[in-house]
Amino acid sequence: MASGKKAAVTQPAAVGRSDGQLRVVGKAIRKVDATAKVTGATRFADDLFLPRMLYAKLLRSPHPHARITGIETSKAQALPGVKAVLTGRDLPIPFGILPVSQDEHALAIDKVRFVGDPVAGIAAASEEIATAALDLIDVRYESLRPITDAEDAITHPEPRIHDYGDGGNLHKLVNLEFGDVAEGFAEADLVREDLLFFEGSTHLPMEQHAAVADWSPLPDGKLTLWSSTQTPHYVHRALAKVLELAPAKIRVVATPNGGGFGGKSDPFSHEIVVAKLAMLTGRPVKITLTREEVFYCHRGRHPTLMWVKTGVKRDGAITAMHFKSLLDGGGYGSYGVASTYYTGALQTVTYDVPRYKFQGARAFTNKPPCGPKRGHGTPQPRFALEVHLDKIAEQLEMDPAELRLKHLVPPNSLTANWLKIGSMGLGECIRRVIDGSGWRQKFRKLPPGQGIGLACSSYITGAGLPIYWNPLPHSGVQLKCDRGGGVTVFCGSTEIGQGSDSILAVLVAEILGLDPFDVAVVTGDTDLTPVDLGSYSSRVTLMTGNACIQAAERARDAIASHAARQLEVPVARVAFADRRVFDLEDPTHGLAFADAVQLAEAAQGTIGTVGSYTPAPSPGRYRGAGVGPSPAYSYSACVALVDVDPASGIVRVPRVWIAHDVGRSINATTVMGQIEGSVYMGLGEALMEEMAYRGNRNVVHKIPSLLEYKSPTTLEMCDVVTYVVQDPDPNGPFGAKECGQGPLLPVPPAVANAVYDAVGVRVDEVPITPEKVFKALRRKEKGQPARYGPVTFPEIAWPEPTRVPTPWEGGDGRAVEGGGRRATEAARRP
Amino acid sequence: MPDAKVKLAFELNSEPVEVAFAPHKTLLEVLREDLGLTGTKHGCELGECGTCTVLVDGKPVLSCLVLGLACAGHRVKTVEGMAGGGSLHPLQDAFAELGAAQCGYCTPAFLLAAEALLGETARPTRDEIKQALSGNLCRCTGYLKIYEAVELAAARLRGEDAKPAPESLYGVR
Repeated sequence: MASGKKAAVTQPAAVGRSDGQLRVVGKAIRKVDATAKVTGATRFADDLFLPRMLYAKLLRSPHPHARITGIETSKAQALPGVKAVLTGRDLPIPFGILPVSQDEHALAIDKVRFVGDPVAGIAAASEEIATAALDLIDVRYESLRPITDAEDAITHPEPRIHDYGDGGNLHKLVNLEFGDVAEGFAEADLVREDLLFFEGSTHLPMEQHAAVADWSPLPDGKLTLWSSTQTPHYVHRALAKVLELAPAKIRVVATPNGGGFGGKSDPFSHEIVVAKLAMLTGRPVKITLTREEVFYCHRGRHPTLMWVKTGVKRDGAITAMHFKSLLDGGGYGSYGVASTYYTGALQTVTYDVPRYKFQGARAFTNKPPCGPKRGHGTPQPRFALEVHLDKIAEQLEMDPAELRLKHLVPPNSLTANWLKIGSMGLGECIRRVIDGSGWRQKFRKLPPGQGIGLACSSYITGAGLPIYWNPLPHSGVQLKCDRGGGVTVFCGSTEIGQGSDSILAVLVAEILGLDPFDVAVVTGDTDLTPVDLGSYSSRVTLMTGNACIQAAERARDAIASHAARQLEVPVARVAFADRRVFDLEDPTHGLAFADAVQLAEAAQGTIGTVGSYTPAPSPGRYRGAGVGPSPAYSYSACVALVDVDPASGIVRVPRVWIAHDVGRSINATTVMGQIEGSVYMGLGEALMEEMAYRGNRNVVHKIPSLLEYKSPTTLEMCDVVTYVVQDPDPNGPFGAKECGQGPLLPVPPAVANAVYDAVGVRVDEVPITPEKVFKALRRKEKGQPARYGPVTFPEIAWPEPTRVPTPWEGGDGRAVEGGGRRATEAARRP
Repeated sequence: MPDAKVKLAFELNSEPVEVAFAPHKTLLEVLREDLGLTGTKHGCELGECGTCTVLVDGKPVLSCLVLGLACAGHRVKTVEGMAGGGSLHPLQDAFAELGAAQCGYCTPAFLLAAEALLGETARPTRDEIKQALSGNLCRCTGYLKIYEAVELAAARLRGEDAKPAPESLYGVR
């Protein structure tokens, strides 16, 4: 690639800005992969069939917690058609997504930690033979007492599920205090405490995870893995580590994901197993998980118990907040350390919280591991906070919308926990949904059984810190201009349905004056594309977008300098639009883009440029400050209308009004899709979705099927009225912020608050099932507290708090005492 | 161990085909594995999610629950048979235009279920669309753009010069 940097340095920055009008950005554009998707031409991982391909199956543990005392595989090996059998001893090196939680093995070695934990892998000539061979493997287990949930983990430190963590079966304990909350509570006119619970749920992508591995024998010695993954870069790292191969000898290709939602963000057992099986057999090996196995992979929403105490003045101004969370983590670490911090990080970015204390605990339990699901660790506390505020508003006899509007965090400010807020459109979001829904005519005024509720939220636009702490860019882009006028953009980002490929095409088209369909997009391939960290934390539009803009501007500058000479105009007057390069002051005086590329190529050689993006450092410098910072925060406000049948407890949601501050819409079509899809998923979590386990000590998943795991169909989905609010953020590409996760967050609390408005009972727990509403109504009838929800938060031996002075106390972002006591890599690495 | 293959003739996407396959295979498996038509997807292989929907004699069926053998002599249509003459079917075009296909995995099934609906009624109500698509799960879209796309395609198939509503593309201004 030619150096784009050189071109950028020698040319004025204003070049090619055309007339300041956005020609492509913000329009409703069909996605660059839309045609392939509607014709069935998109090749997902399970659509790949290679010659001589073998099929793999995994044997999974039927026990929630057991020692493996022996594995006998010889009968399986002997079955005709079986080509290889693997057990844990064949893959002894541990891995995990976070550097601090390298606690997984591709196949369990000494111990299984949940029903579904993989124990052995088989490659055979067909799926049928592989499945039959599973029955011939004899595993001897010695059962251990299972740990069934987070409270069980606290009361039963033994037997330990893992031999690391913060003691017993507690994986992680966090204790952070920003300012003196006791002082804040003393100043308050009202101090309120609430307990809430958010049940775990799973991503349920329609595509089951699948992977195909191929091994090119020595002297190549090269492994290729095609996988339905959101994070090819981290899969690449895990494969290199476990298989002890040089990274250059591994190519990971992220196939288009048939839905991810966070569930394909970890490196998985099945990916490593097929890779090893391909190396052993010298043949391509495919694995496609069954739907039941997808439930075992999980990494979904952590079931979270929460306690929140807030002091407010009579006008609703918050004086202090203390928040505690207890997360049921399941059998492995996954992203759990980050998830734990996320349950405490973003309480401060919506309403002014001058003093803030957060205590979070994550427990290991003998269930499928929890991890990042859409909103990663923040929908639970957001549910708690927004329901809590609804109750506070009622006690203060304030309209909940007014309370929120009066105390918004100002734009361009620092929060108590040192998060840097840029653009902040929440006020506009609240006003849009209030006006649109007729809130003032409806709140506390609808007939019995009907109700309306409001909630708000915020989400990060990309994690400010990478998983592996290093100074490298979070996203890289390469761009090649073809002499025929086409442009190819290469980026490691991963298309999971959210439209990230299209973002690259739209941005290149905007800057080079092309049509997005003139741009070829190559993504998610560790051989072909520069690293992008992956499709998680709503980071891709902002980070790949900024990298892409840099690469495109460098190409534009290179082309403009040669076009200027040809057109005999100053380079600052060279504009790009409509596939032409022309004089801004006389648009008829110009040349075709393809001709301009040829001029430039003739003069300086192949036109190729690069761009990259690294977020600015965040001001928080205490241990734990790594989770929460982001280049920009999106904001959402939601009003939900509900009908509650008091006879059955059934809640229906006919309509939701949602306003989302996306900063700047890059592609209106995908923005609308992400907002509506977020509302849908939030509705499912509000009303029906739950990862439920049998009540006995076997900890067996109750319902690992699409039929029994209830998710909204067309018959449950509500109408959605969407308002796209655009408050551009200086850190976003053209001002853009995220929209793929944030709009989920306010939906569950808005529904809960609406249920209260409808029937006067509080269901302080999602999903808000008919049974819970019914029980709360019965309690109300009997004169008991009109509520369903948790009643206690267990005692936890918290470590000494890390005390961090707030910005307005003159702090510098560092802890003053206790900050180093629990110093772990985890605290710094999200 | 593999069963002896059977040979079957049926009509696939308006063309006669003959295919040899193991007799226990479902239509889903025959289409994907023996005929190479991977446009038909699977989400559960238990008849729960609707993702494997194809049309048999014009009616939507779950191809994961139908034996390939049961299709002898019948007309089968998959997503590969929708676009004709080098251009998209109006349903495909509307799905692409409105973003009704996000990840695209459930899309072929929705398209075929919608095509069956439009074959029965040229002007379906929103409720009729919801009913017709209630057996198909989508986790990306919240279904709304799918409804709008079916309505848009229906209008165009009726010969109307229909365009998406601005609030459908940009939200309420």
